Amino acid sequence: MIEVRDLKKSFGSLTILDGISFRIEKGESVVIIGRSGGGKSVLLKHLIGLLKPDSGQVLIEGQDIVPMNERQLLKVRHRFGMLFQSAALFDSMTVAKNVGFAFRRDRSMPETEIAGKVARILEMVDLPGTEMKNPAELSGGMRKRVGLARAIIYQPEIVLYDEPTTGLDPIVSDSIDKLILRVRDRLDVTTVVVTHDMRSARRLGQRILMLHERKIYAAGTPDEIFQSKDPVVRQFIDGVSDPKEYLS
Amino acid sequence: MKSWSNHLLAEPLEGLGRITLLARESIASLLTFKVAWRDLLYQIYFVGVKSQSVVLVTGAFTGMVLGAQTYFQFHKVKMDTATLAVVSVSMCSELGPVLTGLMVAGRVGAAIAAELGTMRVTEQIDALRTLATHPVDYLVVPRLMALHITLPLLTAEAIAVGIGAGYLVGVYLLGIDPTYSWYNMLRYTATTDVVVGITKAFIFGGIVALIGCYKGLYCGEGAQGVGRATTEAVVYSSIAILISNFFLTMTLGKLLHTL
Repeated sequence: MIEVRDLKKSFGSLTILDGISFRIEKGESVVIIGRSGGGKSVLLKHLIGLLKPDSGQVLIEGQDIVPMNERQLLKVRHRFGMLFQSAALFDSMTVAKNVGFAFRRDRSMPETEIAGKVARILEMVDLPGTEMKNPAELSGGMRKRVGLARAIIYQPEIVLYDEPTTGLDPIVSDSIDKLILRVRDRLDVTTVVVTHDMRSARRLGQRILMLHERKIYAAGTPDEIFQSKDPVVRQFIDGVSDPKEYLS
Repeated sequence: MKSWSNHLLAEPLEGLGRITLLARESIASLLTFKVAWRDLLYQIYFVGVKSQSVVLVTGAFTGMVLGAQTYFQFHKVKMDTATLAVVSVSMCSELGPVLTGLMVAGRVGAAIAAELGTMRVTEQIDALRTLATHPVDYLVVPRLMALHITLPLLTAEAIAVGIGAGYLVGVYLLGIDPTYSWYNMLRYTATTDVVVGITKAFIFGGIVALIGCYKGLYCGEGAQGVGRATTEAVVYSSIAILISNFFLTMTLGKLLHTL
């Protein structure tokens, strides 16, 4: 479904991604882990064409999206939903306007039908009755839920999550993880999650890819990754800032 | 050496290229009718109605000062009744469009750059793109059209108010003969002066919208990036208005007087 071939990306003289290749099958749940500032979000944005690589290919169902212009990409993006790190809600609109945005822009659906769909999807993300609230009135966890509702209302085939639990307390993080699993199972979507939350990674991923020093350093099932003896993988999973601590 | 030449040459050229592409994309969007009409209406309200006080004050006091200054000079050579003609021609072809353009650049251009810049740094523009919405269709075109429509109207208002205020100062404060003043004004103000002024305002509207949108869409990271984008939007659109005004005066003057 998604295939990345030899992807390279630099910002000025700083190389972020240097020859990334992987493949994600339809219906699969893949978690990309790695250190902050390591290029995980940059990689995720390449999958949906928000960023253009310096070289390499991104194939969606065999179609390379790299040479496409913005208008051609808009058609491909109908297949995607994306939850941003900050939720990226439109702050000039209510929750209902945010969630129903895609349908309203499409102009093919009557207002009552949009309202019905918005109410159903808000119920699915455990936020019934919040239609008239403004994004400023919502907590961090609620904003993520509304962002997710906006991303999945048009039933995309692929949902991308950029650090879905960052900045949330463990209880809210747990509820967001459960919500991601619920969306995956109910809508039967391909899921790609970028995170450095190890608990989330273990629960959400059928496969984990670890990004380290601009490359995919390790790949495997959650069990393989969490039982790895590789010092770099171990250091990240155990959250140890100084590798010498292993010696003591 | 490289960064100096880069700063002086490459960056402005890159900016010019991006604004040109933005203009091309906006025209393409207009032709395919992908415009958000509701947002266009809101932008017309925001630019037109909300700029009323600024434009009225600018137009009125410019007309008053111009009337007084012209009278002080013309009075020396006994040409008092030509005062209103000078006010009228100046307001129609130069001061009306330029001052309205500058005031709107300060108010609306800054607001556009700040709004779009904040949307960019909070990933709202990326969110738009993931929701299969082109930022040019949704954000740029309504603002561009609103400024193209409202700036000529605001300019016409500033011209009318400026002439009216100049008349009041001239006739009631300085004692100029109202009948001859009015007659001379109509005699020396040609339709082409009004056409030149309104055409300029239409073009200045495009300058303010495109520079404001460009600075917002390509703004740097964080609060500092938004602040810089806002300042640059106002400074660059003001300079662009002043420079293009000279070329428009020369071109439109030649063009309309030969017709």
